[in-house]
Amino acid sequence: MNIMVCLSQVPDTTTRIVFTADGKSLDKSGVQFIINPYDELALTKALELNEALGSGSVTVVHVGRADSESNLRKAMAIGADKAIRVDADATDSIQVARELKAVATKGNYDLILCGRESIDYNGGVVGGLLAELLGLPLINIMTSMSSNGKDAEVSFDVDGGRAFAQVSHPFVATCQKELTEPRIPNMRGIMMARTKPLEVVSAETDSGPTQVSRFDLPPAKSGCRFVDPADMDQLVTLLHEQSKVI
Amino acid sequence: MKTDRFQHPDHYLIDELLTEEHKLIRDSVREWVKRELSPIIEDYAQRAEFPRHILRGLGEIGAFGPSLPAEYGCGGLDQISYGLIMQELERCDSGIRSTASVQGSLVMFPIYAYGSEEQKRRFLPKLAGGELMGCFGLTEPDFGSNPGGMITNYRDRGNHYVLNGAKMWISNAPFADIAIVWAKNEEGRIHGLIVERGMEGFTTPETHNKWSLRASATGELVFDDVKVPKANLLPGVSGLKGPMSCLDSARYGIAWGAVGAAMDCYDSALNYARERIQFDKPIAAFQLTQKKLAEMVTEITKAQLMNWRLGVLKNEGRATTAQISMAKRNNVEIALRIAREARQIHGGMGITGEYPIMRHMMNLESVVTYEGTHDIHLLITGMDITGIAAFR
Ligand SMILES: Cc1cc2nc3c(=O)[nH]c(=O)nc-3n(C[C@H](O)[C@H](O)[C@H](O)COP(=O)(O)OP(=O)(O)OC[C@H]3O[C@@H](n4cnc5c(N)ncnc54)[C@H](O)[C@@H]3O)c2cc1C
Repeated sequence: MNIMVCLSQVPDTTTRIVFTADGKSLDKSGVQFIINPYDELALTKALELNEALGSGSVTVVHVGRADSESNLRKAMAIGADKAIRVDADATDSIQVARELKAVATKGNYDLILCGRESIDYNGGVVGGLLAELLGLPLINIMTSMSSNGKDAEVSFDVDGGRAFAQVSHPFVATCQKELTEPRIPNMRGIMMARTKPLEVVSAETDSGPTQVSRFDLPPAKSGCRFVDPADMDQLVTLLHEQSKVI
Repeated sequence: MKTDRFQHPDHYLIDELLTEEHKLIRDSVREWVKRELSPIIEDYAQRAEFPRHILRGLGEIGAFGPSLPAEYGCGGLDQISYGLIMQELERCDSGIRSTASVQGSLVMFPIYAYGSEEQKRRFLPKLAGGELMGCFGLTEPDFGSNPGGMITNYRDRGNHYVLNGAKMWISNAPFADIAIVWAKNEEGRIHGLIVERGMEGFTTPETHNKWSLRASATGELVFDDVKVPKANLLPGVSGLKGPMSCLDSARYGIAWGAVGAAMDCYDSALNYARERIQFDKPIAAFQLTQKKLAEMVTEITKAQLMNWRLGVLKNEGRATTAQISMAKRNNVEIALRIAREARQIHGGMGITGEYPIMRHMMNLESVVTYEGTHDIHLLITGMDITGIAAFR
């Protein structure tokens, strides 16, 4: 199958989040960016599907600037055949979905895989928006998939349970944890990635319709205070006057 | 054992001196180590067993001869990549790095550098993939620091050689499929022979009861009239420079590996010091703890810079034996000191298998001895700067 994998990069999970002085964006200095873990699953699943079919091609597509290219190279070391980078700052979900749509319509893909969400902004809507823009079915929060290239058997999470379905290609799916185990690039993959194509295309628009005015960090956790179980009055007073929750 | 959350210290932004590919290689090996090795290494070390099931995986991540050419199934990577791979392996355990050093630098390198085309094609691709494992026999019971005195020898018997003697302290020996054996011919010249498991008269008894490198298999090589085909002689080298050139390559890897072990001890000590509360404060708040940690990270930073520079020189074909020797000695010594200080910081916990410290410390006691003892390396530097050899 000809598979497109939408890939974003996110701050490493151990990053200490600091914002710029104006509070409008993440201070990226010293921050290590990694492939969004759900997108890594999407990539691995794409490779597995094609390995099972015995042929196919996997293209990773990313909306972002040149600083993401090491992660695109990593995706190719893991096994993607090529990478496309749409040269724009990703500002919101609809902008990203529109740019991905532009790439998708040029590519004749049988399957488009995204992560279920990115672990930085946790929007979880790019896959859905993209399916809508392309007029394709969406399998959201997919937990398993097999395919003969024409039709696929899938399962996906629904509120409080799991659904099982058949769906014809092409379609869009967002990938959930259990789908597969991420792969680690091996030496052969890293060597082969050197010569795989990384295409940079210009963006349709400069930025999305949403502008962030400010980010706030959650209030720092205050220490835990113990109250004598016999002294209910003190507890009530504290909750009322100090924490102001009752 | 706890989840491995290792992060390396990089005080001088040395990562900026690395290429994207270097970092991809390092991070991939680190990820592989965290997934495949960290969860099991303590158990294997406690049981004094080498985890043989990881050999193919080691081959895939490029642990075996990564800088030899791709046409022989190897990686064709540069020397800094090789160093980083050794660093990441030893960050987990010196025994695992030892297996990789022996395979890559002491078995594959001499076959590549001194072997016939047929030997290269026959052995290198399988060794690179971990399908075939090798060991390196230089040290003998009576000749350690002075290998030139070796008594293991072979005689020409027309259509084959006959090998006699014994090697001791040989890493990988108990399970190796082939051994690169250095032995003297009739004229007393040292040559390398490829001895294969199954050859009559060749045995590899295991060395038991080690307190160090417990997750690495060590043994003897015993040759009792072993018939070795003439096609198994390495044609390209004679004299002590054959094995010594292999040691240059392995020692270079050890210089990087030792920093891996040091960084693991430091990372663990730093985290422990921040979390462990005594006298109502984290122990990291005490000046004596800070002194230890500050000295550790300083020594690590110096060693990282030394390795990087040595890697650049090696890439340019300019690294000398004396330069490599200095890095091996220095980095193993600082790693040992850091392991001991880190153990102090961990208090009683430092002696348990809950933390990697004591394992690293005991491992490093072998690393400071093999591939040239600390003192022998001092004499190499001494000879380099004075022009006078003080070995004998
Ligand atoms: C776990 C392990 C794995 C090993 N793996 C291998 C392997 O795969 N292949 C292999 O061939 N060998 C291997 N070795 C052997 C290792 O290289 C030797 O142990 C090392 O070279 C030292 O030799 P020795 O043990 O005989 O010590 P000795 O040479 O007897 O040294 C004893 C002490 O004397 C000192 N000394 C010796 N000569 C001098 C001098 N001229 N001036 C000052 N001090 C001196 C040394 O520094 C040392 O402190 C391994 C060793 C160990 C412990």
